[in-house]
Amino acid sequence: MKEIMLGNKAFARGLYEAGCELVSSYPGTPSTEVTEEAAKYDDIYCEWAPNEKVAMETAFGACLAGRRSFCGMKHVGLNVAADPLFTISYTGVNAGMIICVADDPGMHSSQNEQDSRHYAIAAKVPMLEPADSKEALEFAKLAYELSEKYDTPVIIKMCTRIAHSQSIVETSQRVVPEHKPYVKNQAKYIMTPANAINRHPLVEKRTLALTEFAETTPINFIEEGQSNEIGIITSSTSYQYTKEVFGDKYPVLKLGMINPLPVNKIKDFAKKVKKLIVIEELDPIIENHCKVLGLSVEGKSLFPLLGEFSQSLVAKAFGEKDKEACPAIGELPVRPPVMCAGCPHRGLFYTLSKNKLTVLGDIGCYTLGAAPPLSASDMTLCMGASVSSIHGFNKATNGENEKNTVCVIGDSTFMHSGMTGLANIAYNQSNSTVIILDNSITGMTGHQQNPTTGYNIKGDPAGKINLEALCKAMGFERVVVTDPYDLKQTEDVIKEELAADAPSVIISRRPCALLKYVKHKPSLEVNRDKCKSCHACMKIGCPAISFKEGKAHVDNTLCVGCGVCKQLCKFDALV
Amino acid sequence: MTTNVMIVGVGGQGSLLASKLLGHVVMSKGYDVKVSEVHGMSQRGGSVVTYVRFGNKVYSPIIDKGEADFIISFEELEAARYLPYLKKGGSVVVNTQQIDPMPVITGKAVYPEGLLEKIEQSGAKLHAFDALALANKAGSSKATNIALMGKFSKLFEDISEEEWLSSLKACVPAKFLELNEKAFYLGRNS
Repeated sequence: MKEIMLGNKAFARGLYEAGCELVSSYPGTPSTEVTEEAAKYDDIYCEWAPNEKVAMETAFGACLAGRRSFCGMKHVGLNVAADPLFTISYTGVNAGMIICVADDPGMHSSQNEQDSRHYAIAAKVPMLEPADSKEALEFAKLAYELSEKYDTPVIIKMCTRIAHSQSIVETSQRVVPEHKPYVKNQAKYIMTPANAINRHPLVEKRTLALTEFAETTPINFIEEGQSNEIGIITSSTSYQYTKEVFGDKYPVLKLGMINPLPVNKIKDFAKKVKKLIVIEELDPIIENHCKVLGLSVEGKSLFPLLGEFSQSLVAKAFGEKDKEACPAIGELPVRPPVMCAGCPHRGLFYTLSKNKLTVLGDIGCYTLGAAPPLSASDMTLCMGASVSSIHGFNKATNGENEKNTVCVIGDSTFMHSGMTGLANIAYNQSNSTVIILDNSITGMTGHQQNPTTGYNIKGDPAGKINLEALCKAMGFERVVVTDPYDLKQTEDVIKEELAADAPSVIISRRPCALLKYVKHKPSLEVNRDKCKSCHACMKIGCPAISFKEGKAHVDNTLCVGCGVCKQLCKFDALV
Repeated sequence: MTTNVMIVGVGGQGSLLASKLLGHVVMSKGYDVKVSEVHGMSQRGGSVVTYVRFGNKVYSPIIDKGEADFIISFEELEAARYLPYLKKGGSVVVNTQQIDPMPVITGKAVYPEGLLEKIEQSGAKLHAFDALALANKAGSSKATNIALMGKFSKLFEDISEEEWLSSLKACVPAKFLELNEKAFYLGRNS
């Protein structure tokens, strides 16, 4: 049946059709929907793991048990899961195992734009790279075959424009292959030095065999052109831009398998054309491969190392002019993303900002606490870094920073990799103040459950980790809960914990205002007679509050009645 | 020949359903189609854009400056922002709603005046109407997206009313179908 499908959904369909039986992932834009869509098939066991490393090891366990498995993550998630990846490359698999990694060139929703293809090369595992939804579906099925035939995990690399674009796919029935029995095999699966040293040569042999495969596989294909003046090697979304610009003008070698890369196929293609050009986003992986083969090639001399490409970027590199467009209308105010009306993080960040504290931040919706007018954050690095770095920040300065520094981390991010940082504070005893922003959901990626919410990926009741009990068990004697909608309570608690001569955890607890079960209060209204235009209510940066005709105005389609602004009004004008 | 439609607005306004409907209806018509969306961080009240491209064979999923045949906008400022993506003489369908962005809320900037006139002066064919009011009339402000698509359907005559309605049925949950049909007609006949 023909359907129009999101790249990530098509990927999940491919997993389903290929008989995948276990999916374990951690959400991360733009990879999240592969797992969310897979969870809609009752035949696949799906879960959100606490982090990508756990997800990958869970998927490995499933493949060891003889069932086809999958784990998905964004590019930076693969950094977290790199440890198992490099050694699963040595052990190989029992049933097939696929790892999805989704890159984000242009950083639509990420802290860097690293190129995940380096991981496939470094870990010596095959990587496929689909260029649309149809290929996402087909490559998922092919990847299981390769995984089992070549005894290796297979990475499928997505990127934002493939993951979050819809195109037409053809679906078919699910076929579950015969389960592989689990057979104890210490030489293969116990990676002590004595065993691993015997596995490494097999990995190198496997790469040679996969290079042979890359020479002949139909997913690396040539489309002939009208002129051989130029020949283009490309993959993924760059292939689409290339075809959009040139159609069948020049021959194109389109690579569906990005590691290992073919040798003879590329050399033969190069021989046929006068000038060889590689078009690839981010790093010059294919280009450098060509150079190693001794070919004369251009790539990054014409195209940027940064950001996303587009058809006009490709066209301009070949000297084409801009298209005639409607003129821009002067300077327009920007519209950056903001914390939603009623967001529980707002009251907390207002308090941190008011008290001029140094705030070491983390990854999630609350990264938006750095934006004006709150501007209440000093650092954001990667998942969990807030808790680990506050310890260093305080230790290195001999307690000088302790009384005016906090770190903030969300509930899901805390479970992901904040806990280990907290263990370091508990163990090496810095007098740090850690604030867990518990909004009872993984917010930024679109509401995924996590180990603290009490529900699983399907929304069914699941185990629930008690944050207070966890922190106490780690040795924190000072664990307090505050409601961030209550500004006075929140400020009192923060001041008290900063003053205390002991490490402490403050749990700022209030569910995300967008959760379906959260009941909203009626919208507040402004009493225009009482409003003295002092702008105190504007300090919290709520998108529902603006100034109309010199007085505060509340947009009643946005306001959820959280009442944070009301606490700032000295004239009782917000009711 | 590829037709390029951009759907723009403020995160949370319902542009994903609008693009789903358009994607569905052109696919049913036998076109090749690609739809490119924005998920994640930018959705939090930020400026959002969805690209819909259809024709005999579509390669790129995105639309570049000077390539859009139509811009469908949920908000005036966003229509103005993406105007350089419109081909000379292309059409803009815009909901006459103004939503203040954060720099306006905090007083760092003012909401520009006379945007609709400026759009028209740029040579674009302007179709401005209050889709939000029509959606409310149909029963819910949430149907603003479908009211906008109703208006667009009138400009794009390759697809019949029946074809739009059958795709609408396929794209919205049954319990909201009546509401959305009402909004679609109100937009189409406005």
